[in-house]
Amino acid sequence: MTDAPLVLGIETSCDETGVGIVRGHTLLADAVASSVDEHARFGGVVPEVASRAHLEAMVPTIERACETAGVALTDLDGIAVTSGPGLAGALLVGVASAKALSIALGKPLYGVNHLAAHVAVDQLEHGPLPEPCLAMLVSGGHSSLLLVEDVTTGVDPLGATIDDAAGEAFDKVARLLGLPFPGGPHIDRAAASGNAVAIDFPRGLTSRRDLERHRFDFSFSGLKTAVARWVETQQRAGATIDVADVAASFQEAVCDVLTRKALDAAATHGVEDILIGGGVAANSRLRAMAVERAAAKGLRVRVPRPGLCTDNGAMVAALGAELMQRGRAPSALDLPADSSQPVTTVVA
Amino acid sequence: MLLAFDTATPLVTVALHDGSDVVAERLSVRPMKHGEQLAPLIEAVLADTGLVRQDLTAVAVGVGPGPFTGLRVGLVTARTLGHALEIPVYGVCSLDVLAVEAVDSGAVTGDFLVATDARRKEVYLASYDEAGARLSGPVVARPDTVASEAPTVGEGAVLYPAAFPHAVGPVRPSAGWLARVVAEERAELLDPDPLYLRRPDVEAARAPKSVL
Ligand SMILES: [Zn+2]
Repeated sequence: MTDAPLVLGIETSCDETGVGIVRGHTLLADAVASSVDEHARFGGVVPEVASRAHLEAMVPTIERACETAGVALTDLDGIAVTSGPGLAGALLVGVASAKALSIALGKPLYGVNHLAAHVAVDQLEHGPLPEPCLAMLVSGGHSSLLLVEDVTTGVDPLGATIDDAAGEAFDKVARLLGLPFPGGPHIDRAAASGNAVAIDFPRGLTSRRDLERHRFDFSFSGLKTAVARWVETQQRAGATIDVADVAASFQEAVCDVLTRKALDAAATHGVEDILIGGGVAANSRLRAMAVERAAAKGLRVRVPRPGLCTDNGAMVAALGAELMQRGRAPSALDLPADSSQPVTTVVA
Repeated sequence: MLLAFDTATPLVTVALHDGSDVVAERLSVRPMKHGEQLAPLIEAVLADTGLVRQDLTAVAVGVGPGPFTGLRVGLVTARTLGHALEIPVYGVCSLDVLAVEAVDSGAVTGDFLVATDARRKEVYLASYDEAGARLSGPVVARPDTVASEAPTVGEGAVLYPAAFPHAVGPVRPSAGWLARVVAEERAELLDPDPLYLRRPDVEAARAPKSVL
């Protein structure tokens, strides 16, 4: 694999400044600078704060990635960058930096789709992607089911959230329970000692009627409201809230809907491999439930380790390397940052 | 060969300076598309002069103040080019560039102001002596609170004639003049750090609303 392309990937779609370096399917460096602490007191990511942090972190993170990988910028064969979807101003910092690298090094530039990169990253851990496969991407910014025929050209959206993203629901429920931002890891931890069937929270878009129009779509806003209502009712009655039980029951509802729909989508499209990515894929219950339910249906599940599930530069580099290996055309230097880049556009 | 660019206004301006004068200059045509236009314009000025990236020996960038999104495109581009090409990067206050152009082109004679558009009905403002040396600022202010009879350079004077009745000289900073300012060290050379002058607009998280 020494002749596999050496690619640097830049990811700035939200609050992580990520720079990864891969050679083909081999991960060489995954440097991430996060501004999450600066957003914690606002209970969510503040775009201007994130954009300022990206500017400050960009070059130091590139340097750190090169040091870790033991490569010089001049060794690179190509540059990949998330061109969308994401926060417009945040994306722009990464895209501009990638273009500058492309000019300075005289190497091709690939402006890639963030969601397709979440799919491609699994190659760094588990080798070549099973194609076609069903990808479920769940994070604070997205909740999507994708049919992946070819990760470099053919990614079809089957469904997505119609309101909050799964990770957003974790953040909001964490706030209700007085747990810190970001909510995902804290809910997961609290749920570990809770009873998952203590409270029967609603499963959004699973009624027969909803399934007609939204078979592969998600809705988490009703669930979040149900949790809020339950907590407030208990508080008004003077009862103490069992945070562990609420967290476990909420988490169970989210994971139940996610895995149910992913399995249904895989079965409907006749694919045997399910790939899970995005920050929520780090959730221990989701991983366990998906593996268990898929095994019962004779399906395989691949989930990269948590560090590769959250936003990072390695996933962008992984997709860039795949694009180069499959001979796809690079982007032009007037590549825009597109906050709503459709998943069908793998390379902009 | 010095590569200079400024993205602190709605336009992108790029120039090359060979040590004695500006040898190429390009200006964008689409406002507010800094991210799309800067890199192609850099390639264009290199192509105009038959130069290649290895000929670049330094980068000059306008550090604002100006609208944040565009400003960052220029700064991250400058920092990344400097790092990858291993050449120095010089920042210059974008208002200083307008001041030097105004002095050298004879548009002003005594002390004067430079005012640019800060949006939200405000201006970025600095004052200069007759040689173009900055005396105060830059600050961000409402035009009526800093109204002046002094000759005023820049788009702020054009936008707010009631506050700045004596508009003179250039309206927006150009990369050609930025390059001259750096090549001749006519203004303070800064690190390529943005002059935001404003804090991010943020609201601290509120307690959840009742849902019952
Ligand atoms: Zn993501």
